[in-house]
Amino acid sequence: MKWFDYSAPESVSGAISALAAHPRARILAGGTDLLVQMRAGRKETDFIVDVKRIPELNEIRYDSDGLTVGASAPCYRLYAHADVAARYPSLARLAALIGGTQIQGRASIGGNLCNAAPSADAVPLLIALGARCRIAGQAGEREVVVEEFCTAPGVNVLGPGEFLVSLLIPPPAPGSGAHYERFIPRNEMDIAVAGAGASVVLEDGHFRSARIALASVAPTPLFVREAGDALAGKPVNEESINEAANLARDAARPISDMRAPAEYRRRLCAVLTRRALTRAIEEARGNR
Amino acid sequence: MPTTVRVECTINDETREFLCEPRQSLLECLRDVLGLTGTKEGCNDGNCGSCTVMMDGRIVPSCLVLGVESQGSEITTIEGVARGSELHPLQTAFLESAALQCGICTPGFIVAAKALLDRNPRPDEHEIRLWLANNLCRCTGYDKIIRAVQQAAATLQEAK
Amino acid sequence: MSTQEYAVLGTRPVRHDGADKVTGRAIYGADIHLAGLLQGAILRSPHAHARIVRIDTRRAEALPGVKAVVTAADLAVSQDRIVDLGEGDTPLSYLRGNVLASGKVLYKGHAVAAVAAASLHVAEEAASLIDVEYEPLPCVLTTLDAMREDAPILHDGLRTTEFGEKTGRVSNVAEHFRHELGDVSAGFAEADVVVEHEFRTATVHQGYIEPHTATVLWNNDGRILVWCSTQGAFVVRDVTACILDVPVSRVKVTPLEIGGGFGGKIPVYLEPVAALLSKKSGRPVKITMTRRDVFEGTGPTPGSVIRVKMGARKDGRIVAAQAWMAYEAGAYPGAMVGPGAMCVFAAYDIANVVVDGFDVVVNKPSTAAYRAPGATNAAFATESVVDELAEKLGLDPLEFRLKNAAREGTRRADGPKYPRIGCVEVIEAMKNHPHYSAPLEGPNRGRGVAIGFWFNAGLPSSCTLSVNADGSVNLVEGSTDIGGTRTSVAMQAAEVLGIGAEDVRPEVADTDSVGFTAVTGGSRVTFATGWAAYEAAQDVVRQMKERAAKLWETDAASVTLDHGVFRSGDRSMTFRDLAARLGETGGPVTGRGAVNPRSAGGSFSGCIADVQVDPETGKVDVLRFTAVQDAGKAIHPAYVEGQMQGGSAQGIGWALNEEYHMSPDGAMQNASLLDYRMPTALDLPMIDTVIVEVPNPIHPFGVRGVGEANIVPPPATLANAIYHATGVRLRSLPMNPPAVAEAIWSKEG
Repeated sequence: MKWFDYSAPESVSGAISALAAHPRARILAGGTDLLVQMRAGRKETDFIVDVKRIPELNEIRYDSDGLTVGASAPCYRLYAHADVAARYPSLARLAALIGGTQIQGRASIGGNLCNAAPSADAVPLLIALGARCRIAGQAGEREVVVEEFCTAPGVNVLGPGEFLVSLLIPPPAPGSGAHYERFIPRNEMDIAVAGAGASVVLEDGHFRSARIALASVAPTPLFVREAGDALAGKPVNEESINEAANLARDAARPISDMRAPAEYRRRLCAVLTRRALTRAIEEARGNR
Repeated sequence: MPTTVRVECTINDETREFLCEPRQSLLECLRDVLGLTGTKEGCNDGNCGSCTVMMDGRIVPSCLVLGVESQGSEITTIEGVARGSELHPLQTAFLESAALQCGICTPGFIVAAKALLDRNPRPDEHEIRLWLANNLCRCTGYDKIIRAVQQAAATLQEAK
Repeated sequence: MSTQEYAVLGTRPVRHDGADKVTGRAIYGADIHLAGLLQGAILRSPHAHARIVRIDTRRAEALPGVKAVVTAADLAVSQDRIVDLGEGDTPLSYLRGNVLASGKVLYKGHAVAAVAAASLHVAEEAASLIDVEYEPLPCVLTTLDAMREDAPILHDGLRTTEFGEKTGRVSNVAEHFRHELGDVSAGFAEADVVVEHEFRTATVHQGYIEPHTATVLWNNDGRILVWCSTQGAFVVRDVTACILDVPVSRVKVTPLEIGGGFGGKIPVYLEPVAALLSKKSGRPVKITMTRRDVFEGTGPTPGSVIRVKMGARKDGRIVAAQAWMAYEAGAYPGAMVGPGAMCVFAAYDIANVVVDGFDVVVNKPSTAAYRAPGATNAAFATESVVDELAEKLGLDPLEFRLKNAAREGTRRADGPKYPRIGCVEVIEAMKNHPHYSAPLEGPNRGRGVAIGFWFNAGLPSSCTLSVNADGSVNLVEGSTDIGGTRTSVAMQAAEVLGIGAEDVRPEVADTDSVGFTAVTGGSRVTFATGWAAYEAAQDVVRQMKERAAKLWETDAASVTLDHGVFRSGDRSMTFRDLAARLGETGGPVTGRGAVNPRSAGGSFSGCIADVQVDPETGKVDVLRFTAVQDAGKAIHPAYVEGQMQGGSAQGIGWALNEEYHMSPDGAMQNASLLDYRMPTALDLPMIDTVIVEVPNPIHPFGVRGVGEANIVPPPATLANAIYHATGVRLRSLPMNPPAVAEAIWSKEG
């Protein structure tokens, strides 16, 4: 790697100043994407801002507004957190899915989001859960809904000098459940060939609402609003689930690459959406 | 003007100070600066587990940690697993179960397996396989490694 | 022989190098540090096929910290000649051209130049500052494309050899050979059932976890000192000397611990380059490959296209077999199609056989050996066809194999007649294993079987022993230890001497300190180096008997050795007590053994696998796996099992997910351990093993090499299991989820 300098500010304002002073700076959280990309020559920088010592980027907190997940909080802390395990089991499962044990010691879902890969496992579930992104920069703070965060492969809405502080996930509604289902050829340590995140809110045997999003089938993680909306008011049965799954499949715009042919991915979207919905429904039924 | 950085951390229960370039990984610092070559490099992108070390109570791929990030940390490498001249039960079990062939992945497996047994003294086969899925071995097919971890768990239980 | 009572053989002692390897103390190739050490980096071609117009190294040389830059222009120019690489002969110009490209680059990743600098980061940066002007040429990536008349030609000087004769025809086909036995047309005419299919296998990599590494000091006395990770220290010595055009005595190779090889660490890539950098800089230079370098710049095993046709009579006898096999050699000839053709029908006694083999160059890395090289590709085809024949004849697949199994006296199409072999015993062990008769319930599940053969290698090995006053023995050998062979070699010496395995201290020596020893390959170390240790131990016994005779004032011929006790008449003395008295009886005792077996006696293997297929995703889960292999005599059963389990795991990876995914312009797109999907611990079940022992008649303890035959059956085993689970036969590797799903969808229409 080419030479870079390093700082580890201990406050949001410190990070803002460091970024302002080094226009080519890059933000380091777990480093599991950034360092790999820098070694491969895909990213370059002369300055690294390590954000892991900033309290707001490291916290995991549950209160009446919901769950706040600091952008650099590593996955293992997420699934070990009592509130996450109790109130957001789908998020705990997701955190345990990313990478392997060692990677989970470093990687964060905030980093997964900022890396903006179409295959990012965290993003479809965050979309399904209705997460919002808290962003800091010289001009102050702003919020963006997670489905608008990624704009192209490897590109996100962060402007110069901006960085992700935390993710805010609303409190789970009664009768709600969620799940992310991905497909990988191995059983661990793999990039999603396709993935589907789903959340549902059930009421009297019917869907009150649902949100569905897909991984690896478009240039960005794909929010399929119409698939979730189609479920609203429908009875919870196989027919409704299949209808939503087919809508998700039809919305997918996959490419053929080394990981899979496009048609295979398209078909997987229906399978994975159905499986994600089924598991989310199971969870919702336990949550009444 | 580029300058090296002074880092102070605890490695295998000893306070260590060293100078490194910010671009040097913890793995490079351990191997090339501190001479702790027991930690191995297999892929340098976090996918093989050969460079696994314990950092502040959690196993991490040391190739994906910058040396400068270890400031103030507590790190345990394979060199810190045995207590003096006495092997850790995992090390004994790896030898008795023939759980290594070429041995290049062994330090990473032992550090990772120790972290598992420290938190879960009685893992079942699936839990062991899941925990160790970030450690690749190309020689053994994992069978004897899994059995060695099971044997070490039993030994540690008996000792209690 | 294996029925004989042994004291040491067949036990499971802790390996001698074990403590060092579980504590991190063992010194592997990359762990060496020398005073003044520089780090090297290699610039590799971004093109799969291009002419090198110009290389300008000035910008790299100007970077602070850079101590030397080399290109092919720094290599000695000498007459081309044939060099023995240990597992085959190769022209020197190919070896040299693969180390540093000259004139043309032949694959993406081909080494073009190298830099030595004070740090690796500086060396890498400098390598990126070397300006190379290329004239890209059209590339050719598959055997069938490369065999076309209008294909881009890799080597203007490569003329096809056909049936042993030079044809003068310039093409990408280095060789076309044929093995024939009987009358294949008459054989097929006799057949009631004929099955014929085309099979394909992808290029796969050995996947050892330790990247290649070499450290070289071109010393001021002109000696070239090499420390490296290799399967053959003498191969490194000889090839490095050839490429640098110096006598072998100028090169000393110290093999450090090696982190896996599987055949891939036989070729020499880095040592001559590091030597040139050391000569230029006057300092020791270490070069370690990145994982990408390993995938793109070292030899994977060939992809292949194989057409197999087999015919059988209603009575279950196979009467004819025909194979057409084209293997991709990569950038230079040597595709391992020779061994593939020897193994393709090797498990069966068939009267009428024709095998055509084609060695074809393509714009991919030059291929190397990988565990039974060539045989796994071949068995995937043959064992799939055999399974289909058995089904068509309504016969149990193992009964059918048993009926046609090769036995002592069976002649292979490539010539040799088998001595005593264990093919029948392996199949019987499979049949008798509870796995084969266990119920397999549930939808989308299936069971498959297959068998395989590898002929193993003999080749030279040397060993010396010296007796210590405390009754222990130091053993010096030249076989680098990839999987516990120090111990299996030491155990054979211990057995002869009547002492414990722990009383023999084995050491793998450098090339100045031990006699010539061929590569750790061909499953030959426990067989051949173990045999050398046996001879060295016999030499010690002979001398020790003389010492006892001297003490007892008797004739040495009257002295016997039994379980470590020398006896003559009513006098006796243990090996240990006699060792303490060497000083008074004539001084030190050393023994030496050197062997060069021409053949090795092959090993047969077989697998039973249960799979479950997810019909919606095409994913195959291996539920249960049993491996059976003939070890002749299992010296250290735990390490025999380990070889079987490791070979099975690699075979499963090859079957299901591993492949070089190439872009149309010849770039490997998955050159990382994330995207090149080798099995993780979570992808495999426990692998049950059955060791069959049919003693090898040519080895003093009956040993057969066990390192390789185990990788041969797994892909066919899984293909057969997938068929029984889904009704779909896959004839292309890997059988990854999209491939399996698409096959299921097209069956369903």
